[in-house]
Amino acid sequence: MAYRYKMKLTPEQIDILEGGQGAVKAKVMETIVRYGDMFEATELVKVTHGEGHLVTSFGLSLLTPVFRIMDELIGAGLKVEEGFTADPRPNDIDNVSCSLLDKLLYTKILYGKQGSYEQQLTKLGLKSDDAFTCTCYYPEIGNVPAKGDILSWAESSAVNYANSVLGARCNRNSGMIELFGSIVGYVPKFGLLTDEGRKAKWKVTVNTTKKPLPQILGSAIGLKVMEDVPYVTGLDKWIGTELTDECKSYLKDFGAATASNGAVGLYHVENLTPEAKELGESLLQEGYREYIIDDAELERVYKSYPVMWKEPEKKGTIAFIGCPHLSRTQLEEWADRILEGLKSAGRDKVTCQTVLFTPPAVAKAFAETPKYAQIRKAGVELTSICPLMYTSNPLTKSRRIMTCSNKLRTYSLARYYKDDELLAIVTGKEDRL
Amino acid sequence: MKEFKGRVLNGGYYKGEAVVSHQGVNTLASFQSPAIMHAKKVKIADQNNPDIFQKNVTGKALCLPQTIGSTTGGMVLQVICSMGINPACLLFSEHIDSLAGAGVILSVVWENSKLIAIDQLGQEFLDTVKTGDTIEVTEDGTVRIL
Repeated sequence: MAYRYKMKLTPEQIDILEGGQGAVKAKVMETIVRYGDMFEATELVKVTHGEGHLVTSFGLSLLTPVFRIMDELIGAGLKVEEGFTADPRPNDIDNVSCSLLDKLLYTKILYGKQGSYEQQLTKLGLKSDDAFTCTCYYPEIGNVPAKGDILSWAESSAVNYANSVLGARCNRNSGMIELFGSIVGYVPKFGLLTDEGRKAKWKVTVNTTKKPLPQILGSAIGLKVMEDVPYVTGLDKWIGTELTDECKSYLKDFGAATASNGAVGLYHVENLTPEAKELGESLLQEGYREYIIDDAELERVYKSYPVMWKEPEKKGTIAFIGCPHLSRTQLEEWADRILEGLKSAGRDKVTCQTVLFTPPAVAKAFAETPKYAQIRKAGVELTSICPLMYTSNPLTKSRRIMTCSNKLRTYSLARYYKDDELLAIVTGKEDRL
Repeated sequence: MKEFKGRVLNGGYYKGEAVVSHQGVNTLASFQSPAIMHAKKVKIADQNNPDIFQKNVTGKALCLPQTIGSTTGGMVLQVICSMGINPACLLFSEHIDSLAGAGVILSVVWENSKLIAIDQLGQEFLDTVKTGDTIEVTEDGTVRIL
């Protein structure tokens, strides 16, 4: 029986839904329309930034339904006309050292479908072989929407960044929904696509005595507001009122923590992010709730993180830095800090396997610099994979992974350390304290 | 017996055990590991959710406010439905969120899943229902705690 839609559709949209452009496209449209109806969407609106971004970049063998749907789409001649970027690849056995058994697991068992899946992605519109990163909005990658653009993206941190820092409009779409929206060129108008949905239900006051770590501040806010929009005041005091590279990197990490520890798709920072600069406190909804964050609150949140290692009293064995992927500014900074830290600790090499994660284009450019040779000599590895996908390997459960990413902490057994703590561990400074 | 009425997103009849999370359920953190391990039952793997951590939800009624976390969430839900190890019902106290909503629709449209989904059951529902309670869900979105 045909689906009885509730929202307003144009004749063209009805034609697609009724099969005028083929049965598979009709099913894709039905999924989008049902999705919109579930959220009381009034209509479907045109995607104005046609480049998509897919969260599903990994040929995880269990994703049989995804592979099947991809084949259906390809068979029907459907694709994303303006192309898309995708989240990072899951493994990189050339640059992230691992055992023979790990290699076997990654390439033959866990991600055994990676090759065929990438072929499917290419047929559907993957922009290039280097389009795999969770930070597609970096200039080096170039999938950068303008303020007000309507998107059909997934990847919680990318959607969060596009909405908050770029002022684009995108709901927290799930994997597959983002691809379907990009294929039909329409998305349902609800939630973060509407002016009302972009208003803040929370006013968050940052009242700390020093610059808060973005990973912990974002975590605290995400855990408190869940999927609501927060309007953050007092943060501009610490990170300024201009979206510099450093500031954007801060907001990227802050936002990813709000999105993974909660479900924040959009935040406003007073005097800084585009809509907050333009509309100020008029972005606060009537009856908004308040959350005040001071040093003690951040410490409480930090101390609440469970340590899930099997032997928590032992030292970590692997350090992962860059989830979401490091920007060029962050990569340079981490490289400098590691090299300086080793020098002051009187060491030549890092104390444990240390991996920096950054997009392919950034990694390639950085590899041309003398600093790359220096960090490699110091034992640091550089890759463009997804650290979370690395931890899908059950063998990693017994390893003691350390990270300064709150997102990775949330989705894996990795233990969270503040940036300075992690730096001290990998450079051996900790042993001298 | 207490009775609650919600909005039917995908209707059906269910009588069985409830598993209750008072905080948002992180779909990726909860379901990914069991799916990767090809587990026959989903034991929730999310270390940050003490309400349901390590609890079996396959074939049960998962009662929750909403889902949270990665935007792979809907797809992960679709995968566990295709594997037949999904909860029988998702009973949301609040309005369903976009990730769970996508998961329900993908499961229904592309997997012909019978996953029951009801939202807007209200905070009192979540305050009342306890893990282990026997509940009955009917086609019109009525949930009875027996």
